[in-house]
Amino acid sequence: MKILTGNDLKTGAVTWWDGVQWSLHVEDAVDVGEHADTILAREQAARRVNAAYAIDAIKDEAGVRPAHIKDRIRALGPTVRPDLTLKPADPAAGDWVI
Amino acid sequence: MYKYDTYDQAMVDARVEEFRDQVRRRLEGHITEDQFKPLRLMNGLYLQLHAYMLRVAIPYGTLSSAQMRMLGDIADKYDRGYGHFTTRQNIQYNWIKLEDAPDILADLASVEMHAIQTSGNCIRNTTSDQYAGAAADEVVDPRPYAELIRQWSTFHPEFSFLPRKFKMAVIASDIDRAAMKLHDIGIQIVRNAAGEIGAAFYVGGGMGRTPMIAPCINPFVPIDQFITYSEACLRVYNRHGRRDNKYKARIKILVHELGKDEYTRQVEEEFAHLLTQNIEPPLAELERIKAMFADPPFETGLSDELDRSDPDFALWLDNNCLAHKQPGYIAATISLKPVGGIPGDATGEQIRLMGDLAKQYSFDELRVTHAQNIVLPHVKKADLYALWQVLDANGLGTANLDLVGDIIACPGLDYCSLANARSIPVAQKISQRLAGQAQQIGELKLKISGCINACGHHHAGHIGILGVDKKGVENYQLLLGGCEGADTSLGQITGPGFDEDGIVDAVEKATSFYLSQRQDGERFLDTYRRIGMPAFKEAIYG
Repeated sequence: MKILTGNDLKTGAVTWWDGVQWSLHVEDAVDVGEHADTILAREQAARRVNAAYAIDAIKDEAGVRPAHIKDRIRALGPTVRPDLTLKPADPAAGDWVI
Repeated sequence: MYKYDTYDQAMVDARVEEFRDQVRRRLEGHITEDQFKPLRLMNGLYLQLHAYMLRVAIPYGTLSSAQMRMLGDIADKYDRGYGHFTTRQNIQYNWIKLEDAPDILADLASVEMHAIQTSGNCIRNTTSDQYAGAAADEVVDPRPYAELIRQWSTFHPEFSFLPRKFKMAVIASDIDRAAMKLHDIGIQIVRNAAGEIGAAFYVGGGMGRTPMIAPCINPFVPIDQFITYSEACLRVYNRHGRRDNKYKARIKILVHELGKDEYTRQVEEEFAHLLTQNIEPPLAELERIKAMFADPPFETGLSDELDRSDPDFALWLDNNCLAHKQPGYIAATISLKPVGGIPGDATGEQIRLMGDLAKQYSFDELRVTHAQNIVLPHVKKADLYALWQVLDANGLGTANLDLVGDIIACPGLDYCSLANARSIPVAQKISQRLAGQAQQIGELKLKISGCINACGHHHAGHIGILGVDKKGVENYQLLLGGCEGADTSLGQITGPGFDEDGIVDAVEKATSFYLSQRQDGERFLDTYRRIGMPAFKEAIYG
């Protein structure tokens, strides 16, 4: 599947296109199929996202998982600071990242 | 220390307000990201993996207590409670909000700091010897010359859009503690037989994709002409440097392709022309700057005796402290490399504490080292034990300077958008694995980069590690034999790469083999140079 990711313009936070708006959680990402360029152009022009791009991902029972390690790290946070990830209370949350 | 005059302050304050307006226009949609990106980069603001990252300039690594405290306050107020000291003696914050950036720059300006020259194709923050002004072996304090370079290069209209970024280092001793020969221009302040001060120019060094050691193109430029000579070096580069290919755009490629002799000929020709233009800053300005770097009011008649009865303190003293030019004083390095820690990271609280300790024990002065540690340059020996006790109680007393745990590591794929592999976890694992043997192994400089850009100086490590992307999986190449000192050498790749655990095993095999082979007094690097790559390769892969 193709999903879209970028950074929030004001905060720089990593965001994912959920079909309506930009979510902080990769689990919300949706397959945009052939519409990536159209959505990216519209959303960046409206300043709802910054430096956005399309990536490959897979979806299974565990959720949406970016194909490349760089985007998997972006999805959760630095592997060396679990306290700064999106799920600091869950030590196993990053098991799928590496 | 250098103090801003009204021109410096006005320039920095104006830059803050200019950037505040640029951020406002970006947030209101009056300019696009493509238009805004070069403006934010000129103010040190990058967009990294998780957020904006702000890189703050620390000219030649020198800080006052108030400046250090401000860096700690910024970590707590605008970031997530920590900062990362870098190999260019700067500090980076990893979780910055765009809307906060102008306020951060204003806070920095209030203590005579900024983020200018920390990005873009300009002359970057000039680095220097972390022991400048304290080391017994220096000809002079190199920092006034670095400061003059700062003033000359800041907003230099001709050199604001060079073919690529440009890095300079200034030292003033034969022992190179600033990797000077691995810079675009390395300057060694020297004294000639007549007792005159001059500058030896080494041009065309660098790490990155194509590592090169800078050749000396002029062993003695009179000190009242060294800015003019720098201008000539830059002007020839700006004229002929490759702008069509960023991978061939650094001055090292130009010097290599033209040849040292032809590049030098063109520099000397340009230098002769520039001398007629009278562009050198007046010596009075250099004297004004030098006066601000005068020695602090050292006490005289102090004892050099130290009580070594506490073995942990004695270990730290032996590992982390350098003899001082002034009897009764010592330069103390605070390691930011606790066992298993993240190299170069310090919490806001630790940063403020180091600032306070500098005020109490080191004449209000600190240094950031290119090895990502902090130096208190002028500590009275009589105060050293009290200082160490406070450091040790706050996680800052690790006794591992230049040992295997004192690892340089770039932020790597945990933070950096350019990285191909993570550096920090590898550093942490090696640090933990070899902690018990560190003293036995002795001096071993281990450096890790997460990509070919070499921010972690892997080419210059006695042991270097380069992270690469192998079909979407992290892989690590091992290099041996690099060195950044007076006998600078570039590390050579041992062979096929390793996965994350494999590279830790490989490093342990290399150190174990060294221990089995070393002769009296040999460091790891000495043994490697004596017996060579094939023997180590056999030990690692055999």
